[in-house]
Amino acid sequence: MKNILIKPSKENLTSFVTFGSFLIFVSFFDVLANTFFNLNFTAFLPSKLSYFAPLIIGTIGLYLIRIEFSGNKLLDKININFNSSNFNAILTLIVIFALIKYIPPILNWFFFDANFIGNTKEDCTGSGACWVFVKVWFNRFVYGMYPDAEQWRINSAFIMLFALVGASFFVPLRLKKYLLIFLLFVYPIIGLKLISGGDFGLKYVETGAWGGLSLTFIVSAFALILCFPIGMFLALGRRSSLPAIRYTSIGFIELWRGVPLITVLFMSAVMFPMFLPDGTYVDKLIRVLIAITLFEAAYMAEVIRGGLQALPKGQYEAAKSLGMGYWRMHFLIILPQALKLVIPGVANTFLALVKDTPLIFVVGLLELAGMVNLAKTNPKWLGMAMEGYVFAGLVFWIICYAMSRYSQNLERKLSTER
Amino acid sequence: MSKIIELKNVNKWFDKFQALKDVNLEVNQQEKIVICGPSGSGKSTLIRCINRLEEHQKGQIIVDGKEISENTKDIEKIRAEVGMVFQQFNLFPHLSILDNCTLAPIWVKKMPKKQAEEVAMKNLERVQIADQAKKFPGQLSGGQQQRCALARALCMEPKIMLFDEPTSALDPEMIKEVLDSMVDLAKAGMTMIVVTHEMGFAKEVADNMIFMDEGRIVEKAKTKDFFDNPKSDRTKLFLSQIL
Repeated sequence: MKNILIKPSKENLTSFVTFGSFLIFVSFFDVLANTFFNLNFTAFLPSKLSYFAPLIIGTIGLYLIRIEFSGNKLLDKININFNSSNFNAILTLIVIFALIKYIPPILNWFFFDANFIGNTKEDCTGSGACWVFVKVWFNRFVYGMYPDAEQWRINSAFIMLFALVGASFFVPLRLKKYLLIFLLFVYPIIGLKLISGGDFGLKYVETGAWGGLSLTFIVSAFALILCFPIGMFLALGRRSSLPAIRYTSIGFIELWRGVPLITVLFMSAVMFPMFLPDGTYVDKLIRVLIAITLFEAAYMAEVIRGGLQALPKGQYEAAKSLGMGYWRMHFLIILPQALKLVIPGVANTFLALVKDTPLIFVVGLLELAGMVNLAKTNPKWLGMAMEGYVFAGLVFWIICYAMSRYSQNLERKLSTER
Repeated sequence: MSKIIELKNVNKWFDKFQALKDVNLEVNQQEKIVICGPSGSGKSTLIRCINRLEEHQKGQIIVDGKEISENTKDIEKIRAEVGMVFQQFNLFPHLSILDNCTLAPIWVKKMPKKQAEEVAMKNLERVQIADQAKKFPGQLSGGQQQRCALARALCMEPKIMLFDEPTSALDPEMIKEVLDSMVDLAKAGMTMIVVTHEMGFAKEVADNMIFMDEGRIVEKAKTKDFFDNPKSDRTKLFLSQIL
């Protein structure tokens, strides 16, 4: 027993490692038995002590195997990465124990006790999630109240978009320019016309019926594409030497940044029509799009201005000394560098924008989260909030994670400081 | 020989601080002038006023027959004729060496891309970094970057070249390669105004020397006279310290 009191050393490697591993094993055994079989071996101890027993035993065990330069590669690796001090040993144990305790119930809820088969709430007999809810409502979650018979129009609009974007990666550089112009200026009109209908024998579908994930995409995509150039010009405007342009930009940015998005949306729905002459009507969705775009443009402007300010003065002077005017200097020299610098910030704003889209519920437009909200209040499907929001959360996470990865890729691709 | 740059009683203030005081200067075509002086004496400000990277408040600056003032409509046209090389190179890091050189000819002089690339390669050849054309500025040594900056300015086929301490940010070993390129350029008959502390270069190339202190031109003389018997005491002191 004297060995325990002295510092673990290389001389008694085998006995330390054996005894230490045994203690660690005991602690894990206790946690596993407790989690999966509801057995408590340390019940004879006072309840608080019994609760922490595995942690204490495990920490002692890890202390005993903490031998520097033991010669055993695996042991050294464990010690360096998980067990470099008593504090780190405790952290390691807490994390592992927490995973053992909480991962199984989560998996059970998600998969093993979940219900996938059936068409009504009554089919959900298990104790886990009722994915039947998501299955039955899936169509609504994606298309909102859009008529079932017309949903091919949304599908084809999005397939066309993905095909165009996909093609832009493969076409030769010479054609890329035209494809991009088509994508930015022609496609949105075609896509919107296809979805809203009214001409070419397509049935008119009013924007109030649009909804679900497709509306999330429509709102995000339009706001993303439009807020970027507006933000860019605002950023340039705020740095302009002409007072009129500078103060207009500052005023615009500070006005929109100082107001919560939800108020802006309310105003776009309630107050904006009051300023219009009688008889004119601007579609609710368009008003919302404009409101979100201008709101995000103000944030975008400040992000881009950060990039403009990070560029050394010498870049401006070099461009000027070569005879470039204001626009050439900015579009050829300054903006390409500044925008590259602010990719993380721009991605940040874009992600925030996508996650702000659920707020359009205040004007009665229901995108994905809004549809979930609506579905969970259906009398036949009460109590399904958890499943609905987990589903919505997952979908948003996938969208945002994809965007975040893309921005990282872009950063790497554009890096010239090799 | 005809005058190409003329400065008459030029004054320049940075807020309260007067950077240039009644500067008068005439530069003839193909003339090479080296400006020296202690730091803060207004050398850089002077040549930056010539292509209006700095604005002067009083006096007249006439470049190639056109006066430069706040009313000058086409300051860009004048700048396109006046090349400049900076202390910190100021290459465009997001563009390759070749693109650095072709950008301004293509967009400012509206030169066809093919021709611009030919001109660029010729000038890169001239400063001996043609083999680096496809690389990015970040991959080059300081000396190579500065020679690229020189080539970039030459691609605009300027009538005048301004150098703002072109070797001050370089390692001693790289100074020579940049100076060699500048000597070549001088021999080819370019009009040059050079702010530098490289007195060896000045003796080899300069027609006239200018010594500045506290915003004034203290002494202007033929190069030989300037070094052999400087007139003002301030110049003597300066020369004794750096030679």
